[in-house]
Amino acid sequence: MRLMRARLTLALCVALAMPALAVQPDEVLADPALEARARELSRGLRCLVCRNETIDDSNADLARDLRLLVRERLLAGDTDAAAMAFIVDRYGEYVLLNPTTGGANLILWLAGPGLLLAGLGISGLYLRGRRGTAEADPLLSSDEKARLAEILKE
Amino acid sequence: MIVELGHFALILAFAVALVQSVVPLIGAQKRWAGWMAVGEPAATVQFLLIGFSFAALTYAFVTSDFSLRLVVMNSHTLKPMLYKVSGVWGNHEGSLLLWVLILALFGACAAWFGGNLPAGLRARVLAVQGMIGVAFLAFLLFTSNPFVRMAEPPFNGEDLNPLLQDPGLAFHPPFLYLGYVGLSMAFSFAVAALIEGRVDAAWGRWVRPWTLAAWIFLTIGIAMGSWWAYYELGWGGFWFWDPVENASFMPWLIAIALLHSAIVVEKREALKAWTILLAILAFGFSLIGTFIVRSGVLTSVHAFANDPERGVFILAILAVFMGGALTLFAFRAGSMEAKGVFSMVSRESALVLNNLLLAVACFVVFIGTIWPLIADLLWDRKLSVGEPFFNAAFTPFMIALAVVLPLGALLPWKRAKAGWAMRNLWGALALALALGALAFALQSGRSPLGPIGLMLGAWVVFGATTELWVRAGRGRGLERLGRIARLPRADWGKATSHAGLGVTIFAVAAINAWAIEDIRVVQEGESFPLGGFSVTLTDVHEVQGPNYLSTMAEMTVMRGDRVVATLFPEKRIYPVAAMPTTEAGIDFGLLRDIYLVIGDPQTDGGWAVRSYIKPFANWIWAGALMMALGGFLSLSDRRYRIAAGARRMAAAVPAE
Repeated sequence: MRLMRARLTLALCVALAMPALAVQPDEVLADPALEARARELSRGLRCLVCRNETIDDSNADLARDLRLLVRERLLAGDTDAAAMAFIVDRYGEYVLLNPTTGGANLILWLAGPGLLLAGLGISGLYLRGRRGTAEADPLLSSDEKARLAEILKE
Repeated sequence: MIVELGHFALILAFAVALVQSVVPLIGAQKRWAGWMAVGEPAATVQFLLIGFSFAALTYAFVTSDFSLRLVVMNSHTLKPMLYKVSGVWGNHEGSLLLWVLILALFGACAAWFGGNLPAGLRARVLAVQGMIGVAFLAFLLFTSNPFVRMAEPPFNGEDLNPLLQDPGLAFHPPFLYLGYVGLSMAFSFAVAALIEGRVDAAWGRWVRPWTLAAWIFLTIGIAMGSWWAYYELGWGGFWFWDPVENASFMPWLIAIALLHSAIVVEKREALKAWTILLAILAFGFSLIGTFIVRSGVLTSVHAFANDPERGVFILAILAVFMGGALTLFAFRAGSMEAKGVFSMVSRESALVLNNLLLAVACFVVFIGTIWPLIADLLWDRKLSVGEPFFNAAFTPFMIALAVVLPLGALLPWKRAKAGWAMRNLWGALALALALGALAFALQSGRSPLGPIGLMLGAWVVFGATTELWVRAGRGRGLERLGRIARLPRADWGKATSHAGLGVTIFAVAAINAWAIEDIRVVQEGESFPLGGFSVTLTDVHEVQGPNYLSTMAEMTVMRGDRVVATLFPEKRIYPVAAMPTTEAGIDFGLLRDIYLVIGDPQTDGGWAVRSYIKPFANWIWAGALMMALGGFLSLSDRRYRIAAGARRMAAAVPAE
């Protein structure tokens, strides 16, 4: 009896925790073009209950719901942008893995190029400075020149 | 009893670290030889004590001592021996103990192999290393003690996270830590040099092998983690721009910049202040990485052991060490005059560009990683920054780096003509363009990512080959090949690492551009086409593992009538941790991997099956290994064994 209960518990555990595949065969749309668009959109959406996973990769039920929702919107004739807007309206900006360029996010997007330009400017000035000394400074100091002349005479 | 001794040894190590961080520093300041000499035995003793402590914890795991809280939470009697051992660092407390063990190991290495360092510099390096030890031992003892006992020991443990029960992941953390913590040596050397107020060519030569060793380990560690993700997570992804991945990637990028700028210090006595700054930042990013992983402030798939309160402690450590070092830097940077002069077109300038691109790329990763936190704190915006951002914002810098790399590597020091270097490279460029064009023609109408990646990768690889050819100088045929073979190991190391980068660039582009995916329901006995192959689901059955239950499929991959491979993808359930994992069936190939995953049984019969063809997958990690191998070659070059400016000619290879 006890053994049976243990087995039952185990079976229950297994049933509860079965790993589902990310995209299930029954989710796939018949139209390959539409399905490709859905996959592309899915890769830009975050699974809300996971840790940093896209809904395309996630096994969670919520991710499945979102995947189905994306497909539903596309079947209803939404453009990619409209489908994304619909989902962001419902779930908030947090679902977007690609942050918008709106508002303060501009800082995020411009940080890299901005720093590169600044860096190019600074290092350009530095390199000019090094060259400046290169031209102003003879390669040998006057002492060294004198010494060289001495050696050459010998 | 052994556990108590381990605990006691850890407390003693803390006391020894305190002595090590104070006495040699005062000695170096006052020029008291006796006080300076304390550093070496202290570093050795500290290492031995922590080593004993680590051995004691390992013993507790191996013997399944369930009176120890840590063992209860992370082990189980049925777990295979390998994972009992790797379970020691598969959790917060144990992994920190490994962290300080490696820190002490590096300190001890500096004591053992630092014979050719000036006594003052060595004493200061050991003191700074001791200070880092004090901070982390305090963190360990006061917030994360691994030796806490249970009042009522249970009969069995709660098992290790099944995802971590994998050979690849068993050794991923030690390598990563060797890298992270190895960068502490660069930091200690930088701070010691700042205290002394002197940075010269010899300093550049001393700091490089340590950084190189740390970088090699970091490269291997990151590659292992990425490979693990590829075969374990079940969809063949290998890099997710997850905060914790970024945490290891940032010090890696900065370490590359540091390696290159230290060359300029060594050869040309320029870029000193910048190199010091990079050395400080490299370790700073290691600390930030530790903070991100251990605090869980940024949610990520790696957050299996974290706690916000501990995060505050690490943040304090970070603030003290970075604040202190940067303040010191601000006071002393001005006094570090550059000696070497060079023109706008020269190896020096090329290395400045390399540093600029790497530093900005690192900054992009950094801001992308912490942006969700900033946006939440400042504007109360809950947002995510994921793969699309990093692909768009980070990749251009790597492309730029790959484009200029072959040219920059060929430029002579001081003064160069770009035309001369380019004349040697026309062949490589033509070959790369031809390969790209060929790929574009063959793939007809798919994304240009693949051909572009191939072109870029080939340009870097052929550029590295050309460089060896040019360096060999005169001679024809066999004679020239002989000269190439006799080139210094440093030249070979450089070419190998650079070529490795090219290989990885190509492979990443190829797998993204040319992968084939198939999702469908398959009945037992049914076949389906995949690329040019035919895959048959022969059988599905249950298998009992040592500590898991597996649903194992048998799948046969055929090409025409020939059996290419029989694969056994699995779905496992670990009952103790109540966690499922997927084990993909992978046929590793030179040009492609066949990657099969078994899913759920369907209500109307059959199984969900996901299958992929991943072109050139192995090349990603082969490239990373080439980078690491190049590092080893460079490290074994004889000029590191005969140190410049050495007081005595002690044979010393400061690595491992």
